[in-house]
Amino acid sequence: MSEVVKIKNLHKSFGKNEILKGIDFSVNYGEVVCLIGSSGSGKSTLLRCINMLEHADKGEILFHGENVLEKGYDVTKYRAKLGMVFQQFNLFDNKTVLDNCTVGQIKVLKKNKEEARQIAMKYLEKVGMDAYINAKPRQLSGGQKQRVAIARALSMEPEALLFDEPTSALDPEMVGEVMKVMKDLADSGLTMLVVTHEMSFARDVSNRVVFMDKGVIVEDDIPANIFNNPKNERTREFLKRAIEKY
Amino acid sequence: MATKTFWDWVGAIVSNYGQMFLSGAGTTMLIAITGTIIGFLIGLIVAIIRTIPVLPQDNKAKKVILKVANAIMAIYIEVFRGTPMMVQAMIVYYGLMEAFKIDLDPLTAGILIVSINTGAYMSEIVRGGIESIDEGQFDAAHAIGMTHWQTMTNVILPQAIRNILPATGNEFVINIKDTSVLNVISVTELFFATKTVKGIALRTFETFFVAGVIYLVLTFTVTRILRFIEKKMDGDDSYTIMASSSMPDQQFIKIRGGKHEHRQWLHDESDQK
Repeated sequence: MSEVVKIKNLHKSFGKNEILKGIDFSVNYGEVVCLIGSSGSGKSTLLRCINMLEHADKGEILFHGENVLEKGYDVTKYRAKLGMVFQQFNLFDNKTVLDNCTVGQIKVLKKNKEEARQIAMKYLEKVGMDAYINAKPRQLSGGQKQRVAIARALSMEPEALLFDEPTSALDPEMVGEVMKVMKDLADSGLTMLVVTHEMSFARDVSNRVVFMDKGVIVEDDIPANIFNNPKNERTREFLKRAIEKY
Repeated sequence: MATKTFWDWVGAIVSNYGQMFLSGAGTTMLIAITGTIIGFLIGLIVAIIRTIPVLPQDNKAKKVILKVANAIMAIYIEVFRGTPMMVQAMIVYYGLMEAFKIDLDPLTAGILIVSINTGAYMSEIVRGGIESIDEGQFDAAHAIGMTHWQTMTNVILPQAIRNILPATGNEFVINIKDTSVLNVISVTELFFATKTVKGIALRTFETFFVAGVIYLVLTFTVTRILRFIEKKMDGDDSYTIMASSSMPDQQFIKIRGGKHEHRQWLHDESDQK
């Protein structure tokens, strides 16, 4: 299996606070990887570093064998190939649902309007939001916004999709609709890296679960091993608390 | 000759010198409109440049150029916000003439000064507008591969401009009134025209009363127009639900959005294709 991104010895600090303390890890094509861990463990920072929304201080992020942290690397092109779904949806508030899904294709990928529209419609249909193409984000519910955000990311036809706690800002009754879309995507073979607190998703849908604590990767294994047979004491404790809570 | 009342004087001044007031008001509006528009554009450009992010992997040249550009813009803003427009007018008009033998006509000099002055204020207003936009909007735009320029023009500025319209309207109104200081470089705007009329009619109170009313009509009209534009930009609160494969087929659907209520026929399947 070949890697989409491979990370070597990644460090990131905010001021004196070291958030990532040497991360080594990779995501392979077709894999669904879940990043779990308590708040402040550095999972979201790792995801944002991978997409270059934060700039790692040290280490390498290899994409097709090239280090994206190298001077002069075309960051915008790289980002276009990795989709991102945010906790707070971050739909473009000034644009309709359809325009949210076409603007990137037209401006970044230089597709023509009609082609962009067709691709956008395909993915909006996939997430069940094709009826709302004329709506503005402020008129949608949280779950609907997140589904549009997923369609927007898919419309760029990325090599992998990164999810940063996609259901954490949702009302409980809306978590299901987003989770269902994500499960369908996983089943379709999309490469996904998901930061999540949804343990059921990690256990049932992912191929691999990565447990992070205090800026390091503690355990990286198939879900069955992590959930039934965690090797590390910290993993055991976290899972115990997580399962009690959810 | 019977004693004239206040209104007699006002009537006489308007009927005799109305043309001068009108042409003065015209010049005032010309300077205010041009100055506000150019100042607004200056503000946008300065704010776009000042918000360019500097990344660790950027090359040295880019970092240095940005630093110099930012310093120049900071000085520009401080100087033009920190000195009276009347002083700026004297320096630009007479200064350029004496020092460099550049002989601008007063109207051009006036537009130039108002534009540059407004630009300094607008730069700060636009910066505030950009900073008021949620960080997530930048993240999302960057995450789909947009450059700084694409992010600004497609996502951030359309939202920021809507947010700063009231402040921009303020600048416009201030400009209508502040063009009066340009009388020091003999631009024949409304205040200059009023002074001339006063010199002929020899009635100070009534003449300036007329000028005051004209200024008020101008500013009031402008604020109403801007309010209308704001409403237009906010757009309709309702939207149409399109026929969808994932929704049950309905003939007629009603959407409530905000204060408006709309009824709209659904497009049927054949319409969509």
